[in-house]
Amino acid sequence: MADASLTPLAECARWSLRLPAASAERHAEIAGFRIALPINRCAARDERLCARLGPDEWLLCASSTSDIEASIEAALEGKHHSLVDVGHRYAAFVVEGAKAHVLLAAGCPLDLHPSAFSAGAATRTLLGKAEIVLWRPTEAPAYRLDCARSYVPYVFGFLREAAREFA
Amino acid sequence: MTPQHFRLPRGGRIDRRTPLAFRFDGERLGGYAGDTLASALLANGRALVARSFKYHRPRGVLSHGSEEPNALVTLRGEGGRSDPNTRATVVELREGLSAVSQNRWPSLGFDLGAVSEAAAPLLAAGFYYKTFMWPASFWNKLYEPAIRRAAGLGRAPEAPDPDRYQQRHAHCDVLVAGGGPAGLAAALAASAGGARVILADEQPAWGGSLLHDPSAEIEGRAALAWVDEALATLRGRENVTLLSRATVFGIFGHNHAGILERVTSVAGCDLPRERLWQVRARDIVVTAGAHERPLLFADNDRPGIMLAASARAYVVRYGVAPGHRVVVATCGESAYAVARDLRAAGVGVVALVDVRPEKHCPQADELRAQGFEVLTGHTITGSAGRKRVRALHVAPCRDGSIGAPRRIECDAVAMHGGWTPAVHLHSQARGKLEFDAALDAFVPHDGVPGLRSAGAARGNYTLSQCLEDGWRAGSSEPRRFQASPSPAGFAPVRLLPAARARARVFVDFQNDVTAKDIGLALREGFESIEHVKRYTTTGMATDQGKTSNMAALGLVAERLGRPVSQVGTTTFRMPYTPVSFGALVGAHRGRLFDPVRETPSHGWAAARGALFEDVGQWKRALAFPGAGEDLHAAVRRECRKVREAGGLLDASTLGKIEVVGRDALEFLNRMYVNSFDRLAVGRCRYALMLREDGYVYDDGIVARLAPERFHVTTTTGGAARVLSLMEDYLQTEWSHLQVYLTSTTEQYAVLAVQGPRSRELIAPLVEDIELSEAFMPHMTVRAGRFAGAPCRLFRVSFTGEPGYEINVPWGRGAALWEELCERGAALGFAPYGTETMHVLRAERGYVIVGQETDGTVTPDDLGLAGMIGSAKRDFVGKRSLARPDLVASGRKQLVGLLTQDPALVIEEGAQLVADPAQPLPMTMLGHVTSSYLSSNCGRSIALALVAGGRGRIGQTLHATTPGGFAPVKVTAPVFHG
Repeated sequence: MADASLTPLAECARWSLRLPAASAERHAEIAGFRIALPINRCAARDERLCARLGPDEWLLCASSTSDIEASIEAALEGKHHSLVDVGHRYAAFVVEGAKAHVLLAAGCPLDLHPSAFSAGAATRTLLGKAEIVLWRPTEAPAYRLDCARSYVPYVFGFLREAAREFA
Repeated sequence: MTPQHFRLPRGGRIDRRTPLAFRFDGERLGGYAGDTLASALLANGRALVARSFKYHRPRGVLSHGSEEPNALVTLRGEGGRSDPNTRATVVELREGLSAVSQNRWPSLGFDLGAVSEAAAPLLAAGFYYKTFMWPASFWNKLYEPAIRRAAGLGRAPEAPDPDRYQQRHAHCDVLVAGGGPAGLAAALAASAGGARVILADEQPAWGGSLLHDPSAEIEGRAALAWVDEALATLRGRENVTLLSRATVFGIFGHNHAGILERVTSVAGCDLPRERLWQVRARDIVVTAGAHERPLLFADNDRPGIMLAASARAYVVRYGVAPGHRVVVATCGESAYAVARDLRAAGVGVVALVDVRPEKHCPQADELRAQGFEVLTGHTITGSAGRKRVRALHVAPCRDGSIGAPRRIECDAVAMHGGWTPAVHLHSQARGKLEFDAALDAFVPHDGVPGLRSAGAARGNYTLSQCLEDGWRAGSSEPRRFQASPSPAGFAPVRLLPAARARARVFVDFQNDVTAKDIGLALREGFESIEHVKRYTTTGMATDQGKTSNMAALGLVAERLGRPVSQVGTTTFRMPYTPVSFGALVGAHRGRLFDPVRETPSHGWAAARGALFEDVGQWKRALAFPGAGEDLHAAVRRECRKVREAGGLLDASTLGKIEVVGRDALEFLNRMYVNSFDRLAVGRCRYALMLREDGYVYDDGIVARLAPERFHVTTTTGGAARVLSLMEDYLQTEWSHLQVYLTSTTEQYAVLAVQGPRSRELIAPLVEDIELSEAFMPHMTVRAGRFAGAPCRLFRVSFTGEPGYEINVPWGRGAALWEELCERGAALGFAPYGTETMHVLRAERGYVIVGQETDGTVTPDDLGLAGMIGSAKRDFVGKRSLARPDLVASGRKQLVGLLTQDPALVIEEGAQLVADPAQPLPMTMLGHVTSSYLSSNCGRSIALALVAGGRGRIGQTLHATTPGGFAPVKVTAPVFHG
């Protein structure tokens, strides 16, 4: 495996789910998304990826839309919440390799050492001048990075420039 | 290439099997791998390497490290590379290196600027302040340019920097700044338990002072063998990062440190030239060592006079003799080992002169027994020589009286004036300093959590002390170290008596500050050390006074008759050593300077030669000129087309916010001036947002998608700040409201279809939505499908023509834009840009926030008071709208202007007056906010803010133009339709 490689991900469905923390405690999962997570942690199961980005905010990703929206709305019927389709708001990459975390450190001020940003970590952060959502779904040295669509040329360019020194 | 006459036949940590050729001032010289530029110049007998800043005095290499104040050169490279003011002592020699001396003309050896030395009495401290006071107008034109020509240090490069720079963030438990004995011990101790440790050192080799101390021993073996073992241990620990050629140049708040790494090139790797590290550390241990002080004697700056430890470093580390007949001059113990090591390497030591009386020189007899001439109780009264020191004048001195002088012929002097701990980083981090009289130095005084100094950096000079102190900084368990003795005591002497009263004694070599300058400053009443520093500029050069600070402080204290502790010290500032702009900028240059955001239609527009404008980070199409058209022609055509048939605009950059929740309606009622109580599902409303002060902040469309779900648009530039303002209110003022906000700006591409044939164009593509006027009138929104894509269709208009804004998922935007353009062409549609959008809305008198408004404009000023939901209990800005000056008559109000000459387009920003004949200063009634040539109106049109404007409709005012005043008629702000 290369020290660090950069691969765009296929388009996927995404929703921003907002739900008061107190309500969230009553749901281990909603529509297959595990939302009972500490803040800045993520969980992946059956093509469904979920990150808790704040006390009342989750980013949900799925490979297809199917009837996810309807089942979430059904599960939260009558409860204060907000479910908004943001599938096109972001584009995603995977940065992987033994030095992937070093590559990201060119622009990300967080501690990405494997011990500090462990498997299951996910957070909103910065890469250079762009806001990103950074995920490390598993133990593998592979980071998923979602950035606002119009920032793709910048984020991709920034990472490619930083990756020049890696094999 | 001439032979290196000052290269010793053996010794040094250089690789004699790898000779290197380099150039200095064009001359080809030789050195070896492992040399610095300074050591290679000395090996070639180049004592004279620079001219001083102010007096253009001939100068040589003073030190062997980053504190160097004299040997500043410009490095030239291929591709326009040029690095001025580089310290030759820290430049690693490489094949083909080319350096040129600075601050001289026409040549280093013969410098016309040196005449300023003859004028030296005129150039004393405060010279600029005193001389160039009057007349003031001379400063810009005469004095400053002349001074800049004469004084400048080096020249800024002219070509763009061809090199690449990178930055990296890192976190660790312990950052150790300095890789000498203390730093290595600290890193060993701190990393033993698995803590993450970064050890950084500015040099290419590890060991600090041990690199030039051949007799040092640690734990029963040669010190450098111990260093190698320590490094092997550290390299074997996964939790340790070793950074050599890496200077910790600054410590900021909360143990955030900056490191400049000079990256060495590796074959096959595309490495940056330098890397700026930002390290967040739990603890920082500063083991930066100590700087040696010069001795203050007359003409102490001649080439060949250098610091004693540096002379030792050139001999031991680089195999270079600083001279063939060296005098060692000292006031302390460290210099005795220097004399011994020099002789052991075959360098002639003529004499050792110790300022201290015989009884305070414990090593004097031992040295005499080894055959050295040792003169204790002697002062140095001066030196001789121009391009290299030729002799040192010494004289016995007892109780202030000077005996018969003696001239000692020599070609180099190794001087030792004591040690100064490198407290820079500690002080930068706002750590306090404390004067230690026994050390005659300021030492770090605790006070910054997680920051401590160890070893020589806090005055623990002996080797065993350094090791033990360093270990203690990294571990709670103390450890004893066996090490060879390294006496470092000294008797501080301030100013050595001079034979000639006019001779100059240099305190700050880089800024050419003499002892006399400091005396003058004190005589003129500058007693605070901060004032002395600024008046004389001592310590203010790029070397940050590393070699000069204590000398200056001591001198001030002595002259004032106060203890140094009372005189105090000045603050140390970032950076410890110079940092290149390239490293600070990093990758943020060229196309990565700032993100460039593109709209869905960008590729299509660019391929058709569209002109673009920057709107924040967005690139928006300004106009689409056809063959033979310029911008104006294109805008005229686009404007006509939209009103005749229709036009297509990519409005995707509009900010969009989804407002969801039980209290969404209440929230919007509070944020906007409008009342949305009667806004039915499926309806839209143009809305105005104010700030607390009652002035217009943003505008947009509020659309009700469902009883508790709204789609809100903002201006392109306002998208981020409007969402922030809304979140701010929601989280701090109204946290009880059940509302969530989500940005959908980049979820939806917005394709605006405007013009009389709009419905005809979109109808074939719309599914599930009834478009008839009865079902979908102006200001409505429907959800459905558009060419197969889910869409939110808005019936809105910013042109005054019937129109739609089609919101589709962003990723579908490009294809649908192209489809619309293709179908539209058959119906007479034209794609149009932002300039046409501006003209069309001005024809109808629609305002643009940020163009008609400037942060001091109320809804009523814009004629939009009718939008205010007056029955509402409150909204942001409501109370301010009742402020006396916001309801006063005579406020500037939005009006239209028509020039008498219909072809004249007045300038935006032009001032308006009633009487162009009024004497200056004239009464200005207002200004032009928008001005265009309108093809639809067949003439120019303008919008303006005019005092009492609505009452002036029909009047003639006069607008400023570059050619004088032009008469304009005030009208209502509607020009078309």
